[in-house]
Amino acid sequence: MAREYETVIGLEVHVELATKTKIFCGCSTAFGAEPNTQTCPVCTGMPGSLPVLNRQVLEYAIAVGLATDCEITRHAKFDRKNYFYPDNPQNYQISQLYLPICRNGGVEIETAEGGAKRVGIHEIHMEEDAGKLIHDEWADCSLVDYNRSGVPLIEIVSEPDMRSAEEVIAYLEKLRLIIQYLGASDCKLQEGSMRADVNLSVREAGAEKFGTRTEMKNLNSFKAISRAIEGETERQIDLLESGEKVIQETRRWDDVKGESYAMRSKEDAQDYRYFPDPDLVPVVVSDEMLEEIRAKQPEFRTEKMKRYREEFGIPDYDIEIITASKHMADLFEAATAICGQPKKVSNWLMGETLRLMKEREVEVEDLRFSPENLAKLIALTDAGTINSSVAKEVFEAMFGENADPEKYVEEHGLKNVSDEGALQKTVEEVIAANPQSVADYRNGKEKAIGFLVGQTMKAMKGKADPAAVNRMLKELL
Amino acid sequence: MTITDMTALQLAEAIRSGQTTAVEAAEAMLASIEAKEKKYNCYVTVDAQGALAQAKDVQARIEAGELTGALAGVPVAIKDNMCTAGLLTTCSSRILHNFVPAYTAEAVLNLQKAGAVILGKTNMDEFAMGSTTETSAYGVTRNPWNAEHVPGGSSGGSAAAVAAGECSCALGSDTGGSIRQPASYCGTVGMKPTYGTVSRYGLIAYGSSLDQIGPLARDVADCAALLTVIASHDEKDSTSIAREDTDFTAALRDDVKGMRIGIPNDYFGDGLDGEVKDAVLAAAKALEKKGAIVEHFDLSLVEYAIPAYYTIAAAEASSNLERFDGIKYGYRTKEYAGLHNMYKKSRSEGFGAEVKRRIMLGSFVLSSGYYDAYYLKALRVKALIKQAFDDAFAKYDVILGPVAPTTAPRLGESLADPIKMYLGDIYTIAVNLAGLPAISLPCGRDRKGLPIGLQLIGDCFQEKKLIQAAYTYEQARGAFPTPAEEVA
Repeated sequence: MAREYETVIGLEVHVELATKTKIFCGCSTAFGAEPNTQTCPVCTGMPGSLPVLNRQVLEYAIAVGLATDCEITRHAKFDRKNYFYPDNPQNYQISQLYLPICRNGGVEIETAEGGAKRVGIHEIHMEEDAGKLIHDEWADCSLVDYNRSGVPLIEIVSEPDMRSAEEVIAYLEKLRLIIQYLGASDCKLQEGSMRADVNLSVREAGAEKFGTRTEMKNLNSFKAISRAIEGETERQIDLLESGEKVIQETRRWDDVKGESYAMRSKEDAQDYRYFPDPDLVPVVVSDEMLEEIRAKQPEFRTEKMKRYREEFGIPDYDIEIITASKHMADLFEAATAICGQPKKVSNWLMGETLRLMKEREVEVEDLRFSPENLAKLIALTDAGTINSSVAKEVFEAMFGENADPEKYVEEHGLKNVSDEGALQKTVEEVIAANPQSVADYRNGKEKAIGFLVGQTMKAMKGKADPAAVNRMLKELL
Repeated sequence: MTITDMTALQLAEAIRSGQTTAVEAAEAMLASIEAKEKKYNCYVTVDAQGALAQAKDVQARIEAGELTGALAGVPVAIKDNMCTAGLLTTCSSRILHNFVPAYTAEAVLNLQKAGAVILGKTNMDEFAMGSTTETSAYGVTRNPWNAEHVPGGSSGGSAAAVAAGECSCALGSDTGGSIRQPASYCGTVGMKPTYGTVSRYGLIAYGSSLDQIGPLARDVADCAALLTVIASHDEKDSTSIAREDTDFTAALRDDVKGMRIGIPNDYFGDGLDGEVKDAVLAAAKALEKKGAIVEHFDLSLVEYAIPAYYTIAAAEASSNLERFDGIKYGYRTKEYAGLHNMYKKSRSEGFGAEVKRRIMLGSFVLSSGYYDAYYLKALRVKALIKQAFDDAFAKYDVILGPVAPTTAPRLGESLADPIKMYLGDIYTIAVNLAGLPAISLPCGRDRKGLPIGLQLIGDCFQEKKLIQAAYTYEQARGAFPTPAEEVA
């Protein structure tokens, strides 16, 4: 019975582009406005309105295509995908089917075994997002908010090249990093600016033909994606093992229950009657435009890592983690540029930052402290104005609400007591109160001094430089 | 001469010189509408109050020297498929029976900027689908030359309003002949400009790749003046073209010496009425006399234009008309059970038979498995037709032929046989497929007294050659009567 199965996975990834205005009109894309306040005749499908392509959308799509080794279609077109639904004001979505802007690309990922693997990208196309339906249970009606209607998306369609959840996550992280480095999107899964649909099938190991695949939707985190892949692999193997067939269908993942259910089968699949949108002219990508975008491509991770090694002399491990996020790398570079101490900046990021992110479940994109404040904090400790344990307290305040460390130290009276007289008085008191430890130290137990430093710091309520306390104790003993 | 008898340019001149005012002009037109609408039904909506308010404002600005354009103060009519802010816009369909747009179509805005006064919205075939104005949900429009006959379509309301003296000039739209054919049936001048010359922003789409707004007028000079005003490059329309040569009135010259005119033999075959044929060939002779070089030639592919056109136009229409679903605006059925039932009932009750026929045809040719065989093939035919015209324009400045195979049919005759109605578009639709400009102007009347139209077709962006040839012919022909003079 112990048949071996292989999981075959391909991904459709939707990414919301970070343009200021929508793909076919001038309405704002800002998130969270009152319903239907960011709309116009175009994005609400009013009769007679016409779409005009936002050039920034095209530039971002090409930039992502170039960064993922795609061929750029020099004569691309938009097509209409026809289907009726109230969130779709024209009852067709403007997308690309026949001539998408990018094709035949791929990215390299690291496999679990540590090797490199290329995941192919079949195509990247541009399209418009739909509005949002709000079901009012109380009034028993549905309302439509068209603020999101016409927000630009790119859809990145991979080849069925992935074989495990780990590879899928590695691929998604790679894509996310590239797109974030480009500034084309913030790629937040939870907020929906990056959405992944998983196409998955299983086949017996060694089989040449693919099995029947299902498409999984509603995956809002990397964790959900992993769980859904494992769950769906298991479900399909169970079906095959019990002699049943996998049905080609779209399934919806319920992350709370940890299971999926069928949304619609292939038989119910609609005929979208795609055809070229006659309201839009073909997108012609000139040599000049392509070169312009190529020249504007940012420094990606590999180049950045190389530069960090040469420029900053920080450990490879630190470089690895810092460059894993554009936001973290930007923070690092900006703070280092101000204070000139890459090692110290890196230490704050590697130490307290990662610890607090884990403790408070904060995503790296949501880090709020500014590089200026991190630089100030480093300057305060360097000057001996605060000691390292106070610095940690100050950093927590920065991490939470980007507090200004100078002000925070001032307001909370956290400056080291630099008054030698007061310090000496406290040290003398501690020596007098702990004769046993003093004796131990004098008898050669070096460790005993640590206890005395601690007692002194306690008496000073932490506002002393431990090095100075240590020095003074040694002198007096 | 009374106001309703003047051409638009004559009326504008009379207003400029103080012989009359924009307000008097609007009042005279509104009175004419009041007197004739019961009989002809040219309008879906007459905006008397709005027109008088505009006229007052325009008059003040003319007097202040702010408005000096050739059409300032002239009362015009707008086909009811162009959006007008605050004014009902129905496309002569039940599904838009209550639709009041929040914005105004670019071409209409251009007219308003030039000081034209909008009288109202004219009747049309529902969503511009038809050749008789009989598919309107708001009643048929009757031909002012003979009320038992159709005015043509789909811009039948605009053409009839111009002919009946219910406006000075009007805007129509032409997807397969919808300006030129009613112009021909009503004895008026109508022009379909090169695709991209007039912005489509605010024109409720039928076949987006074929639709073009254009003028309907009493004579060639009015037609040129109106086109000059509405032509503009509009960034809101991706298919709009930036042109510099849009002072079309500059082409009003009585001269065709050396102009090469080609007559396609394909346009004079079976199905062409003898009287129409004779009148059109006589017009060609008149131009030859004026110094044009006239030749007959084979255009070819003409018989493929109709199937290609109905495939492409219906495909685009089936998608363009999806937005009319009863959700956001327009007609919604009274009772329904769930979303899909609401869509189905609203659309079944809101659209008329001809619109449904074309939606079904269009959905079919785009459906998976048929797309290549129908839609893509039609696009290839379209490209071949364009090539045939390109070849012809290498030899000729202008192509001359009839507008329609017959004069205006009697009411009710065409709808009984839709295929015959579609075939009636044979001389006009190739022009839309190739994106070319063409003009229709009267060249005689049949023995029943109904007008016959002459069509002149030009290469892309060659409107001026057409206007020059049409103007020259008009001078040779002499004044064409109005139905008011003839039909007492």
